[in-house]
Amino acid sequence: MENSILSLLIWLPIFGGGLVILLGNERAVTARWVSLAISILVFVMSLSLWTGFDSSTHLMQFAEKSSWITYFNIYYHLGVDGISMPLIILTTFSTILVIAAGWEVIQKRPAHYMAAFLMMEGLIIGVFSSLDAILFYAFWEASLIPMLLIVGIWGGDNRVYAAIKFFLYTFLGSVFMLVSLIYMYNKSGSFSILDMHDLSLTVAEQAWIFWAFFMAFAVKVPMFPVHTWLPDAHVQAPTGGSVILAAIMLKMGGYGFFRFSLPITPDASLQFSGVMITLSLIAIVYIGFVALVQRDMKKLIAYSSISHMGFVTLGVFALFLAYNPNSPEGAFLGLEGAMVQMISHGFISAAMFLVVGVLYDRLHSREISTYGGVINTMPKFTGFAVLFAMANAGLPGTSGFVGEFMVILGAVQANIWYAVLAATTLIVGAAYTLWMVKRVFWGKITNPAVQTLNDINSREFSILAILTLAVLIMGLYPQPVIEVIHVSIDHLLHQALASKL
Amino acid sequence: MINTFQFDTTSLTAILPEIFLLSAIVIILLLDLFLTKPFKQVTYYLTQISLLITGVLAFNLIGQPETIILGGSFVLDDMASVFKVFLMVSAMVAMVYSRHYLLQHTLFRGEYFVLIMLSILGMMVMVSGYSLLTLYLGLEILSLSLYTLIAIARDRSEAVEAALKYFVLGAIASGLLLYGMSMIYGISGSLNIGEIMAFSSSATLASRDILVLNFGLVFLVIGIAFKLGAVPFHMWVPDVYQGAPTSVTMFISTVPKIAAVAMLVRLLVDGLGMMQSYWSDLFMMLAILSIALGSIVALLQTNIKRLLAYSTISHIGFVLLGFSTGVVSGYGAAVFYILAYVLMSLAAFGVIILLNKKGFEADLISDYKGLSKHSPWFALMMLIVMLSMAGMPPFIGFYAKLLILQQVVSSGMIIVAIIAVVFAVISAYYYLQIIKSMYFEAPDKEINLSAPIDMKLILSINAVLILVVGLFPDFWMKLALSLF
Repeated sequence: MENSILSLLIWLPIFGGGLVILLGNERAVTARWVSLAISILVFVMSLSLWTGFDSSTHLMQFAEKSSWITYFNIYYHLGVDGISMPLIILTTFSTILVIAAGWEVIQKRPAHYMAAFLMMEGLIIGVFSSLDAILFYAFWEASLIPMLLIVGIWGGDNRVYAAIKFFLYTFLGSVFMLVSLIYMYNKSGSFSILDMHDLSLTVAEQAWIFWAFFMAFAVKVPMFPVHTWLPDAHVQAPTGGSVILAAIMLKMGGYGFFRFSLPITPDASLQFSGVMITLSLIAIVYIGFVALVQRDMKKLIAYSSISHMGFVTLGVFALFLAYNPNSPEGAFLGLEGAMVQMISHGFISAAMFLVVGVLYDRLHSREISTYGGVINTMPKFTGFAVLFAMANAGLPGTSGFVGEFMVILGAVQANIWYAVLAATTLIVGAAYTLWMVKRVFWGKITNPAVQTLNDINSREFSILAILTLAVLIMGLYPQPVIEVIHVSIDHLLHQALASKL
Repeated sequence: MINTFQFDTTSLTAILPEIFLLSAIVIILLLDLFLTKPFKQVTYYLTQISLLITGVLAFNLIGQPETIILGGSFVLDDMASVFKVFLMVSAMVAMVYSRHYLLQHTLFRGEYFVLIMLSILGMMVMVSGYSLLTLYLGLEILSLSLYTLIAIARDRSEAVEAALKYFVLGAIASGLLLYGMSMIYGISGSLNIGEIMAFSSSATLASRDILVLNFGLVFLVIGIAFKLGAVPFHMWVPDVYQGAPTSVTMFISTVPKIAAVAMLVRLLVDGLGMMQSYWSDLFMMLAILSIALGSIVALLQTNIKRLLAYSTISHIGFVLLGFSTGVVSGYGAAVFYILAYVLMSLAAFGVIILLNKKGFEADLISDYKGLSKHSPWFALMMLIVMLSMAGMPPFIGFYAKLLILQQVVSSGMIIVAIIAVVFAVISAYYYLQIIKSMYFEAPDKEINLSAPIDMKLILSINAVLILVVGLFPDFWMKLALSLF
């Protein structure tokens, strides 16, 4: 049991999803409860990763290894460190919310909807825990399939376009990664990710591999200028799809930079850190302004996601400039801040999309102009919404502040202007979030339909309350999370700074 | 040098599967004449039983030492036996699907099954042929049966047109192949593959000999490329696929491809292996062109049979890419790819045929609208097939591409690998069109499946295997690579 916990976390939801499909759409009530039970069970089991985690080592824990494809020396090799473990718990946590959020709303093929999310949960946990590159790639690609179906079947009017665009964009990105993985296999005879960390590569090889990885991960993060699929996918996806997309799938890209780009191609990362920082800053500043002018709430949050994920890539690549042998804290803060930002953004973006989902379920509109004065009819809901908006704007005391602050501190060490530019997002972010809050929630009721709104029911209340707790705890006392990631991040920093040449 | 034929009965065990199948064909052909209408199904069952027994006989020969019999015109080695087993299994599956199609479209005739068995006999001869003449004979037995099979729907003008087109172009290709063979025979003085190999690898080869061998080689490559449907010899593929009755299209697109790959191995690897540096460049060009054209032109298709024709062209490109690496593991990768392709293609056509009923061919992409609503299970099967063809893990199509790409990268052709994966992404678009039709669109007509239970069962196993072999590909990869 102790040794196969990761396998269990991967396969229980996948087979559980199969079971839910067998239950069928006719037995929707049973299917819902079974799905919820499975997702809660998986979450509770994933907590044992946290309690059993040894935060004093960067080595892979809960490891499992058995041979899979012997011809290629491919192993079924799983394990987690301080970088992947929190992301797995974030995944299991978000899946519960998503299943609860789709409870009554999804009337079209409800069992299949729940099953798709369960299967995706298993596949994404597989992404975060694979230590073999082909196993990783298999999970990475396979996780596209449920998302394609979720957007395509349960999405909005333009769902087909969005689903296919999402699929092809990410597929195109990842095939280059595949070629570079094969290249490294031919060099080293092993697909083990940990072996690849130690593989020595020349400058030219690192450059090619770096950009191949960039294609895969930057599309997923998404970084400017390959972000255009995200607003489409988010707007068209059902609420649950948006939540998983923003809270977890984007993190797969960030995780890729942590697990592949930095340790495998440290010299190329150093060489191209200028480009990467520039792209990150464009994402933070320019996309922030793009968010300002959106009329569609989901689009606004989608752009805000891109802007916030810019902090992740900024923190990752600023470390090369921030590093100073006498005071390595600057670089370290940036990298650690990037990790914290990923987790925090997982909570906040999930919360924001759920807030929009609550409104959309009632009036079937995502347009800001449809609403106005929602506080008059939905006071409880408005309380939550404003809190999440504040967190999105990076208010101290919420989780949104911690990661961004750490990254900015790191960026100051790199170049004061990076920090200044990055900090403008605190203003722009506050502007677009609060302006949206003002137009949607405050003021007089302008649309008679808003008059008819009912406040959130107990199911919606519990979902939002749980997220509120998560956002506040991460904001007020992030120490437990930082403790868990600390040693792994420190090790990663050394890997990134050690030249392979 | 002419060897004398020795009819040593002990050596005939090596050719037992062929002898059995030939006898079965003759008996079934005669028997069918005397079967009255209600007993016509007997032909079908006898065919299946004959194919099964032939497959078992071939299976029993696996592991025998390489033997060359009948005056050096027939070889039995592991590759031949394994290929024959795969021929039989895929043909049996194809027959299960065909029966439903034939019954729905009132094409059910005894000759259909006899012709199928004859073409399989031709393929077995191709797989085991060890002289230019045997290989050519095998190819002609196959081709002539196929021409007739396409025209079996004789009241449909497009089928007759497809048959004629295939016949005319096929005859030209056979002519080119024969011309190439005559050149190689002329310069080496032998029809025997082994002796051609010995000749072409001798150190005293004059430049004049190399020139003629090269000429012959080019014609052989053209002939093989035509049979496989590689660009620029692919013109017949879409028209024949679209015009032929779907069950024949399914057959053409799957089983003979295995035999064509076997013939390629016999002629170019076993016979002209020393000329590998010449033919691998040719294959490289054919491969890239096929992958590119197959991926791009398919984007515009609305007919699913035509779409699958272009998809086949692009898959054949990947197979040729494996051969173009010029190393043994590359050939193994190509064989794995072709077997994976046959598995996928059978399932794809299986789903098409499943939806067929009288007066409804189910050959437009729009015919699949809302399939996931009427038949979630078979929509899922089609989803698996399409994703696998697009090369998504964890399905078998991914591992097939992985093997090929790994070989291509390891022979230093990274640019080619990148071209191949980019086109693989482009081709994903049209596979997604079918998924889109099935899952994202509302049905506009009733679809009810009238297929018999055996077909549904076999089709399900067929599609699930794509997933299962994808999860555990080790055995099959090793098998494919052990053949060389």
